[in-house]
Amino acid sequence: MSTTPTVRAAAQSPGRSRKPVTVRASVSRPRRSVTLTIVTGLMLAYTLLPLIWLLISSTKTQSDLLGTFGLWFSGDFALFDNIGRAFTYQDGIFGRWLLNTVLYVLVGAGGATLLAALAGYGLAKFDFLGRRAVFALILGGIAVPPTALAVPTFLMFAKMGLTDTPWAIIIPSLVSPFGLYLMWTYSSEAVPNEILESARVDGAGEFRSFFKLSLPLLAPGLVTVLLFNIVATWNNFFLPLIMLKDADLYPLTLGLYQWSRQATTVGGDVVYDLVITGSLLTIVPLTVAFLLLQRYWQSGLAAGSVKQ
Amino acid sequence: MTRRSWIGWQFTGPFLAVFGLVFLAPIAYAAYLSVFRTRLVGGTSFVGFENYTKVFGDPQFWEALTRVSLFLLVQVPIMLGLALLVALAIDSGRLYGAGFFRVAIFLPYAVPAVVAALMWGFLYGTRFGLVGNINELFGITLPDPLSPDLILASIGNIVTWEFVGYNMLILYSGLRVVDTALYEAAAIDGAGQFRIIRAIKLPALRGPLVVATVFSIIGSFQLFNEPQILDTLAPNSITTYFTPNIYAYQLSFAGQQVNYSATVALVMGLATMVVAYLFQGRALKGAA
Repeated sequence: MSTTPTVRAAAQSPGRSRKPVTVRASVSRPRRSVTLTIVTGLMLAYTLLPLIWLLISSTKTQSDLLGTFGLWFSGDFALFDNIGRAFTYQDGIFGRWLLNTVLYVLVGAGGATLLAALAGYGLAKFDFLGRRAVFALILGGIAVPPTALAVPTFLMFAKMGLTDTPWAIIIPSLVSPFGLYLMWTYSSEAVPNEILESARVDGAGEFRSFFKLSLPLLAPGLVTVLLFNIVATWNNFFLPLIMLKDADLYPLTLGLYQWSRQATTVGGDVVYDLVITGSLLTIVPLTVAFLLLQRYWQSGLAAGSVKQ
Repeated sequence: MTRRSWIGWQFTGPFLAVFGLVFLAPIAYAAYLSVFRTRLVGGTSFVGFENYTKVFGDPQFWEALTRVSLFLLVQVPIMLGLALLVALAIDSGRLYGAGFFRVAIFLPYAVPAVVAALMWGFLYGTRFGLVGNINELFGITLPDPLSPDLILASIGNIVTWEFVGYNMLILYSGLRVVDTALYEAAAIDGAGQFRIIRAIKLPALRGPLVVATVFSIIGSFQLFNEPQILDTLAPNSITTYFTPNIYAYQLSFAGQQVNYSATVALVMGLATMVVAYLFQGRALKGAA
């Protein structure tokens, strides 16, 4: 694993036996197996098959899509034409959906990460009245399936007049109990109490200490939590589906769903080529983010696997 | 209250305020709605637990619950079995390009359910999808994956594709915290790879497996996105009560039965938590 020892140490809960990273490398290297690689390669092929199909299909015109073999290029190379049409179809609504998604992600996932960092840090570093009760409440929150809350939240937001506004998407995205749990773990391990004490002696306020001293130390944990919040918000479907009627407020996921549904409505414009190209455009940003930020999410999941 | 105490609340307060608004308040509001009923004639009246007794006698609810239970019993073991095999293969150190395997198999996690369901939905197509290509190429007629008989299995495949890598990483991370001195000691005692897997690795994976299973129980019982999206490609195969969540959604939107919809959502949320909790309790009991 490419994680640094500090990230790994911070990712583990206290009291667990910790394996120094160097030991692993000195263990006798087993011989590599071609057979095992091929067998595991089948799983890899299964994983990549739909993605390769999507990539190839987005280079085809709608008629070639229907008329040619799916897993190879043929006909005109129409990728750039498809991208252009995706952004101009229906007065360029795809670009609008993209901007909406970015807005929901920036405010929703960014806000969720900030709230989780503040609260996780608060729980880790301050012994206050009611702290145990708060902690129990959050752990209970992790167990509540988010989709089970969707319909009740919709009914309540409808009463409050919040449906069909950006707030209906942003406010529920602001809370991530699991993100809080991760930030609590990181804060306990990565921020030494000594530097907070000396800052207090120097007369610095607690919030100033948090932003100036602690936040840089929490950076690896913050990126992990942010990344998982971004995925949750970017890929959100159920919540926008029930909250939004106005197509101008849709995120990408809901927009693609609507384009796909056009084919089933009477007189609807069949735009499978745009659905496919739009799908490709939707997954590129997150795929790139995951590839670039590998060491962060891998350490984050390591922390997730030792939670109990 | 001391100064430190007040500071702690200042840090956790903003989170708790939003948590109250989007976790606690909707549950409370749904609970409130669930004890009323609205009729076209006569308006809203208090009915006590009548909506709850109606849920338990509702054949559509039971059909939906049976379907997701079947999904849980078949899809989850397959998915977690595959995830376990891949995690063990990558951890064994015997793969060429292990790092690439790990990242590539995890990648579908970053793909939205909408895109995953649409991609597979197109591939399933007997007319112009990959199934159609194969039919044409070999002059055969494969069964239609989008037909009512096969749609649940087809959804199972999509969900497996989306989450096998995520679960693999949870299990793989669990293997990485095993003390390697144990492997060395076992090797000195003459234990082979399979012996090491059985005696050391599988016991070490008990915790991560429980975590992965609990997530999967929640995912199965709360199934919504994939069938809802496939409905655009296979309108005849997905009923309005295909899963409990689709049922609750349809009751709210198409049926305008807000009170009953809230009841279904509550009952299902509670059932999910109870099953997940019972499983976790049982699975970890013998672990100590």
